[in-house]
Amino acid sequence: MPVQYYIYLALALFSIGIIGVLTRRNTIIVFMCIELMLNAVNLLLVAFSKMHHHAAYLQNKASVVGSEGQLFVFFIMVVAAAEVSVGLAIIVMLYRNTHSVDINFLNRLKN
Amino acid sequence: MNLIQILFWFLTGLALFSALMVILSKNPVHSVLWLIVVFFAISGHYILLNAQFLAIVNLIVYAGAIMVLFLFVIMLLNLNKETEPQKNVWMKLAGTIAGGCFLLSVCNVIYNAQVTTLELNKKTVLMGEGNIGLIENLGKKLFTDYVIPFEISSVLFLSAMVGAVVIAKKD
Repeated sequence: MPVQYYIYLALALFSIGIIGVLTRRNTIIVFMCIELMLNAVNLLLVAFSKMHHHAAYLQNKASVVGSEGQLFVFFIMVVAAAEVSVGLAIIVMLYRNTHSVDINFLNRLKN
Repeated sequence: MNLIQILFWFLTGLALFSALMVILSKNPVHSVLWLIVVFFAISGHYILLNAQFLAIVNLIVYAGAIMVLFLFVIMLLNLNKETEPQKNVWMKLAGTIAGGCFLLSVCNVIYNAQVTTLELNKKTVLMGEGNIGLIENLGKKLFTDYVIPFEISSVLFLSAMVGAVVIAKKD
C-alpha cells in the first residue's frame, strides 16, 4: 500500500477527533475524542515504521530497522492508560461537585 | 484488487464511519460502543501491517480496559440522552469549520509533497510481511535499548494510580 493512504486515513481520524472536541460539551465525549486522536497518531507511527522497514527488508529479510516506531506506540498506549485513569477521576470529581458533566462548568476554575 | 487491498478499504471505511458516529450520536453509551468499533478497525489495520503485538495490546488496553472504564463512569454518573448538554448551532458550525480547515490544509500539504517532489509516491508500506512487529523482536528491543523508559513508565503508572485514588476519594 502507498504510504499516503495511511497518512490520509490518520489525518481524517485526527480531524474527526478535533471536530468532536470542538463541538461536543459532554466532558466524557471530549475525552473519548482525545483518545481517538491518540489512536490516529498510533496508526500513523506504525505505518511509518513499516514504510521505513520496507526499504531495509528488500536488502535483508532479517533486518529490524523500524521497530522503534512500534515501541513508541507501545509507550503512547502506556501514557494513554495512565492519562485515562486520572482524567476519569477528575470527571467523577467534577460530577460530584456540580452534578453535571457539562464542560462549561470548568469555567469556574478561573476564579 | 487482492485480499489485502479489499480488507484495507473495508477497515478504513469502518474506522471513518464509526469515528463519525462517535461524535454524532446523542447517547454517550452509543458513543462508547462506536469508539470500541473504531479500536477494532485500527487493530485490524495493525494486523494487516503485521504488527501483531500492537494489535493485541490495542485490543486489550483500549477496547478491553479503557473503554470498560469509560462505560463504568457513564453508568455510575447515569448519563443518557436526556442529560446530554448541547452547544448552540453556531458553536457547532464553527467547530466543524475549524476542523475542516485543519483537514484541508494538511491534505493540501501532503498533496503538494506528492506532486512536487514525487518522493512520497515511491514510499510503500510493507503489508503482511516483515517481522519487526512480532513480540520476539519488540521484546528484545524493549528490554535492551529501551529498558530505562520501560522502568520509568512503571513509576508513571504508580503515580497515576495514586493520583486517581487521591482525586476521586471523597474528602
